[in-house]
Amino acid sequence: MPPYFQIKDCALVTISTGASAQNLREFCQLLQKVPEESIYSHFYEGLLRFSFDDPEFRNDFAQWAKRALHDSVLAERLGIIDPHDYPTLEHLREALVEIVEDRLYESRYIPWARAGEEFYFLTSQTIVFDTGMQARTPRQLAQLIPKLSTSTIYYHFIEARRRLENKMDDFTFWIRSFGEEYQPLVESLSQVEYYFCSLSELKERLIKTFAPWRSGAIKKSRAKK
Amino acid sequence: MIEKKLKDYIPIVGEEVIAQLEKLSQPIKGKIVVHINSTRVGGGVAEILERMVLLMNELGLKTYWEVIEANSDFFQITKKLHNSLQGWEQDFPQNWFDRYLEVNEHNAEKFRNLLYNADFVFIHDPQPLPLAHFFPKRKGKWIWRCHIDLSNPWRPIWKLIRPMIKLYDASIFSLVNFSQNITQTMYIIPPSIDPLSEKNCPLTEEELDRYREEFGLDPKKPVLLQVSRFDRFKDPLGVIKAFKMVREFQPAQLVLAGGGATDDPEGEVVLKEVMEAVEGEEDIHILNLPPESDRKINALQRLADIVLQKSLREGFGLTVTEALWKSKPVIGGDVGGIKLQVVNYHTGFLVNTPEGAALRIRYLLEHPELIKEMGEKGHRYVKENFLLTRHIRDYLVLMLGLMYGGKHLIEL
Repeated sequence: MPPYFQIKDCALVTISTGASAQNLREFCQLLQKVPEESIYSHFYEGLLRFSFDDPEFRNDFAQWAKRALHDSVLAERLGIIDPHDYPTLEHLREALVEIVEDRLYESRYIPWARAGEEFYFLTSQTIVFDTGMQARTPRQLAQLIPKLSTSTIYYHFIEARRRLENKMDDFTFWIRSFGEEYQPLVESLSQVEYYFCSLSELKERLIKTFAPWRSGAIKKSRAKK
Repeated sequence: MIEKKLKDYIPIVGEEVIAQLEKLSQPIKGKIVVHINSTRVGGGVAEILERMVLLMNELGLKTYWEVIEANSDFFQITKKLHNSLQGWEQDFPQNWFDRYLEVNEHNAEKFRNLLYNADFVFIHDPQPLPLAHFFPKRKGKWIWRCHIDLSNPWRPIWKLIRPMIKLYDASIFSLVNFSQNITQTMYIIPPSIDPLSEKNCPLTEEELDRYREEFGLDPKKPVLLQVSRFDRFKDPLGVIKAFKMVREFQPAQLVLAGGGATDDPEGEVVLKEVMEAVEGEEDIHILNLPPESDRKINALQRLADIVLQKSLREGFGLTVTEALWKSKPVIGGDVGGIKLQVVNYHTGFLVNTPEGAALRIRYLLEHPELIKEMGEKGHRYVKENFLLTRHIRDYLVLMLGLMYGGKHLIEL
């Protein structure tokens, strides 16, 4: 029997790296120097920071290009980047730098942000803690999913991909250890789009994905066959 | 005041939010936390601390809130300092600086035992900033909590102040673009409002009717309101100008409600200027409210149709947060934290001039359905991001972060 799934939660506080860019050239230079955590933070941790409704773009770089530089071309190119297409954050950094350098090459002048609209490179400190909730079986986990906070969803479904091999989420990693019976659930989880949505939307998607497994009916019908 | 408990917040923020606070506070239960600022009443900092300290104690942290002891001459000096740090150029003679240090040295002695033994010390704003200088050997972590916009300080003053900030283990700014690159770790923590305080709790229609009568408001005319200290940065004269432009086209009434804080000696001068500007005006109500007027301010915000915060400089702008919480659209100056809270066409409008404010007021008065829609969005935005429970969570994470070292991910 696999070990219980301990449900954890996390809370983060934002930290300024002290690096800020007034124009695209400065941004490009700093992008090459800032800690990896800052790149990660601007792609993922915005989900846990305050934001108004759904932003137009999922990462902070694309949003800045649009709102402060008024450069829609750059914003679109940065906005489509899915960080999971890159094996490491350094590869992601390289890709970002290349896009920005291309744009600097194309531009007749260096795009500037007005005073007060600089790009500030941020990072964070994240505290992970046990919620006291645990699941013994995938069915129990399926029943718990609607009760989880969005930060718990973030920790187990998004942040996990930094910790686990093959960029796997914690739910999938654990459910796989229950064998073939739960393979359809594992496959369904792999189909859940998690980057281009808010945490509330992701939670809804997970609730739907787990819903058929809440009663245990799927597992039983497969066992009879 | 009825003391509110953590459980009272559950109907508003949900059980999981309170459970998070309880879990996060476990490793620091029993730690001594001290907050020091310069006034017990008036202003956003005092309001936040009043509630936060109670709830942090309930979470098991031994939390104290102390206020520095000083005469009015000290506050005259620190007001100048405060303005200069936000960019105003003005002389700051050496004897003022000496007095600034002298008062802090006196307070350092007064609080020596408490501060020496504290595990975490939060020093709020520039007035008590020099305290760290008098504790070269200290036990705990000291954090400077800056509530003002420090992005463009007047250089001569900045040169005096910067070495004192460097003595702290960390600093906190409300917005990243208010910050200066000074301490080893710079946290970004927006302030918050307490949904259960006298200033923000729900009020009955009967009570609102009573207040409408007390303030002499005409129930047939829309109410425009600005709540703020009588301070030049809040541009009350600009608001009056905007209102006069609106009234040429539409009937309306304006309320300017404010009060002084004990650390703000300029208030009386500005109030006098405002009174002169509205002499003979029937539809403009100037309310100089004492500090204990939270319920009245709550009522005014609920009675308003549109709330203004036409500041020229602003910290975070908690009066904007309060208005959004009460489902009111806000027309605010395009500065400071107002930019973060007022989203054009969603929660209100950002403006740069009295003309801009007048234009947006007229637009909203012509579109009452938008007033409702924006109000609902604003309420939701505040609920998710700017309530006291989020603020406490950030402080707990910060304390844990400082306790366990500067790692990116800390597993309890």
